[in-house]
Amino acid sequence: MTAVSRIRNFSIIAHIDHGKSTLADRMIEKTHAVSARDMRDQVLDSMDLERERGITIKAQAVRLRYRSADGEDYLLNLIDTPGHVDFAYEVSRSLAACEGAILLVDASQGVEAQTLANALLAVEHGLEIIPVLNKLDLPASDPDRVAEEIAGVLGVDPSEVMRVSAKTGDGVDELLEAIITRLPAPGGDEAAPPRALVFDSYYDTYRGVVCSIRMFDGRISTGDRLRLMATGDTPTADEVGVITPAVVPVAQLGPGEVGYLITGIKEIDRIRVGDTVTRDDLRTETALPGYREPKPMVYSGLFPTDGDDFEHLREALEKLRLNDAALVFEPESSRALGFGFRCGFLGLLHMEIVRERLEREYDLDLVATAPSVAFRAVLTGGREIEIHSPQDLPDGGERSEVLEPYVRAMVITPSEYVGTVMELLQSHRGEMGSMQYLSPVRVELVYRVPLAEIVFGFFDQLKSRTRGYASLDYEPDGYRASNLVRLDVLLNGVPVDSFSAVIHADRAYGFGRRLVEVLRELIPRQMFDVPIQAAVGSRIIARETVRARRKDVLAKCYGGDVTRKRKLLEKQKEGKRRMKMVGRVEVPQEAFIAVLKVDED
Amino acid sequence: MRTDPLRPDDPVLADRAAGWRGAYVHIPFCRRVCPYCDFAVVAGRDDLRDRYVEAVVAEIAMAEPFGPLQAVAFGGGTPSRLGASGLGRILEALANRFGLVGGSEVSLEANPEDWTPALAGGLVAAGFTRLSLGAQSFDPVVLGDLGRLHRPADIGRAVGEARRAGFERINLDLILGSPAESDASWDRTLAAALDCGVDHLSTYALTVERGTALSRAIRAGAPGPDPDVQADRYERALAAAAGAGLVRYETSNHAVPGAACAYNLLTWGGGEYEAFGTAAHGHRDGVRYWNVRRIDRYLERVEAGRRPESGREVIVGADRERERLVLGLRRAAGVIAGSGGRALLASPDGRRLVEAGVLAARGDRLVVARPLLGDEAARAVLALPLPDC
Repeated sequence: MTAVSRIRNFSIIAHIDHGKSTLADRMIEKTHAVSARDMRDQVLDSMDLERERGITIKAQAVRLRYRSADGEDYLLNLIDTPGHVDFAYEVSRSLAACEGAILLVDASQGVEAQTLANALLAVEHGLEIIPVLNKLDLPASDPDRVAEEIAGVLGVDPSEVMRVSAKTGDGVDELLEAIITRLPAPGGDEAAPPRALVFDSYYDTYRGVVCSIRMFDGRISTGDRLRLMATGDTPTADEVGVITPAVVPVAQLGPGEVGYLITGIKEIDRIRVGDTVTRDDLRTETALPGYREPKPMVYSGLFPTDGDDFEHLREALEKLRLNDAALVFEPESSRALGFGFRCGFLGLLHMEIVRERLEREYDLDLVATAPSVAFRAVLTGGREIEIHSPQDLPDGGERSEVLEPYVRAMVITPSEYVGTVMELLQSHRGEMGSMQYLSPVRVELVYRVPLAEIVFGFFDQLKSRTRGYASLDYEPDGYRASNLVRLDVLLNGVPVDSFSAVIHADRAYGFGRRLVEVLRELIPRQMFDVPIQAAVGSRIIARETVRARRKDVLAKCYGGDVTRKRKLLEKQKEGKRRMKMVGRVEVPQEAFIAVLKVDED
Repeated sequence: MRTDPLRPDDPVLADRAAGWRGAYVHIPFCRRVCPYCDFAVVAGRDDLRDRYVEAVVAEIAMAEPFGPLQAVAFGGGTPSRLGASGLGRILEALANRFGLVGGSEVSLEANPEDWTPALAGGLVAAGFTRLSLGAQSFDPVVLGDLGRLHRPADIGRAVGEARRAGFERINLDLILGSPAESDASWDRTLAAALDCGVDHLSTYALTVERGTALSRAIRAGAPGPDPDVQADRYERALAAAAGAGLVRYETSNHAVPGAACAYNLLTWGGGEYEAFGTAAHGHRDGVRYWNVRRIDRYLERVEAGRRPESGREVIVGADRERERLVLGLRRAAGVIAGSGGRALLASPDGRRLVEAGVLAARGDRLVVARPLLGDEAARAVLALPLPDC
């Protein structure tokens, strides 16, 4: 164990592409934790999918040994944080494990909403912030302007903003030194009952659940009988250790230290991120603050294109869940799509990632239905139910009101787009909270907006209307009663449950009209006319028709053609296999998420 | 004793053709390559014609005899570019190797601009009985757009000369639905074609094949054929042909009774045929095979005494049953349902096709009642899970 005064726990807060992983690599390199030859680029991003998307989903901690200018050896624990708004809770837990944070900002881009949100979150957690400008090597960088901006937001002097180039390594030595001098050492009472925060966990096929923990008080040793305060579980500490990034088991972890913990537990939801670990025989009375049950924000149906794959899909979801406590699913049956699962996700990115992993790693061909937020309906009897699927919305007579989730949305935009952004937020039923100039050229807008309005397509619209310059962050902000209706779609006269959407009554007409137009574009012509209708209750509010295909025949098939024409037809047949039969109509997979393509202008 | 000829769409005729044997000879030479064409053709190498004739004759000598031929077809390319002597020499080699049944059909394709009374006379004398003329259109604008070299007047002249020389059967090939064509010009083309008094009409929708000049032009922004327009033109062709006494007996083919093309009937009925020349496809003993496509390779191989086959596939069991249905359903006479047809009718795809009026059961036969949607039925057949028996 290292003396608490020689430990620094910190994370790097940065927007995607602002160079977090590169900076982490440089630090690892400069502290010789990994030989340069062995170092994989961007050690912290472990999963292939994360690498492709340039984001980090699962937090991890790396222990670095650093000899400071004062001649003393220090332990630096670099705690990685996820980089997307879907994973805000995980970010908050990672920050809770730190005393300080590096706020890393691309000197050519400036502060983004999400970075700022995380930085403010860090301040709220009482973290000391070292603001750092990155990419000083780029000709487009504008360090003075961005330093002013950061200083303004954090209320510090611009001279406190450090400057580095993670790419070339310039300024990184100074930054390491600043981590020692500017960030506080952790506190903690070694004699008190142990308290450790679980700030990350993942499932390992051989070891079961491996969690990252931060010790606050006391010690945890290999062999201790532990107690998980949220779940009441009492597993044994089979192994504790640190990651350097090599995995190094240690006898015990003491106050201020960061490491990993392996117990016999195989199910990821038995050790939850945010939970407090203590010793069963030396129990603390007070859990560390901030624990929250993982709460899905967005629900979508996942159905195998081939009905025979249902069990395969179930197994795949169960395997993914081993590593993803935020993923929830329950069987769902659809008249249109057969048997599948209603799945809950933290957000659209989380949904995308899960779907891609199911298709890529488990070779499943899936139809995903349009995502929906979780509504609540108050039944006439007074009972309140949560609604994860539009089909579950009770009919008008059976409910007294419907509530929808709201978020507090924060947008940072160049000031020239303020009007555009306000219009966009208002058109999404947003109500203005506050407006603040971060600098003469950048404005922060805070709005209260229904989650359903933010979660589908809003981010793209925001980006396209501000030429990519605005950024967005949001957090849950309760439920409110809304005049919501269910919009149904009838295909060839038959309602298709998986096309239904819950929508604000004022928007139903425009939305329905655009939805049937989008569907008309997506559904190929069939052997007969296919009417597509949008309905609210029994009232048809929009209609389009996919005209029957008139010609679908090869003009020629003579003696020299038989093999070639058969191959051509077989290829066309394969294309059709990816369609889903809904009644008599062949529907391509993308039609089921047509709702996402509706842009109501 | 004289009996009335069978109608082209008579099931008896369709089923009879399954037992016929034939030969196909590919002649790749063309004066110029048409922009829509993706056949194995070669322009500007007429110097190879004599060598090619000798090579085909040599290839025929390498073939195993399999009984006398009901139908011989010379296709291309432009077979007429070989002249009567070259074509006659190949036909003679076929007759010597295989024998021809009495009344066999010996057909060639020709372009109107190449056609002369001397050529016509020479071909009849050599034993040719049927001419298929690449007329394509009677509209000079459409002909120009299709890259054709003849004028509308050449077509009627060629037909007259062929008839006077003694050709028993004459077909006109027409292309429908090209971008330069209008409803009115298509109607005029149909009227002019039928006015020639031919006994057979092939009306093919213009098809954009990959790798052709047409396909490149369309990718670069030129207008392409519109399937809805082609459907209209197809229906006009049906009506006009029927009005002149021609019966549709295959997706794109119409004939007066007695004038159905024997070689094509044989193909659609699953009959066997040997193939000679570049890229020619044959079908024999449950095998489909094809020759090398390039003329230089073809000549090298045959001149070295080797067979020019470049690929083959064995069609047996369920594949054969599916192929029987796919080919047979192109015919107006349809196909005997058999095990595959019954499975199709019982399948979800088959039920949808029947419901949509595309597929119909007539007695023990299956027919495609909406030929413009025939590929829907073909794909359903190819998707059928059939036992390999």
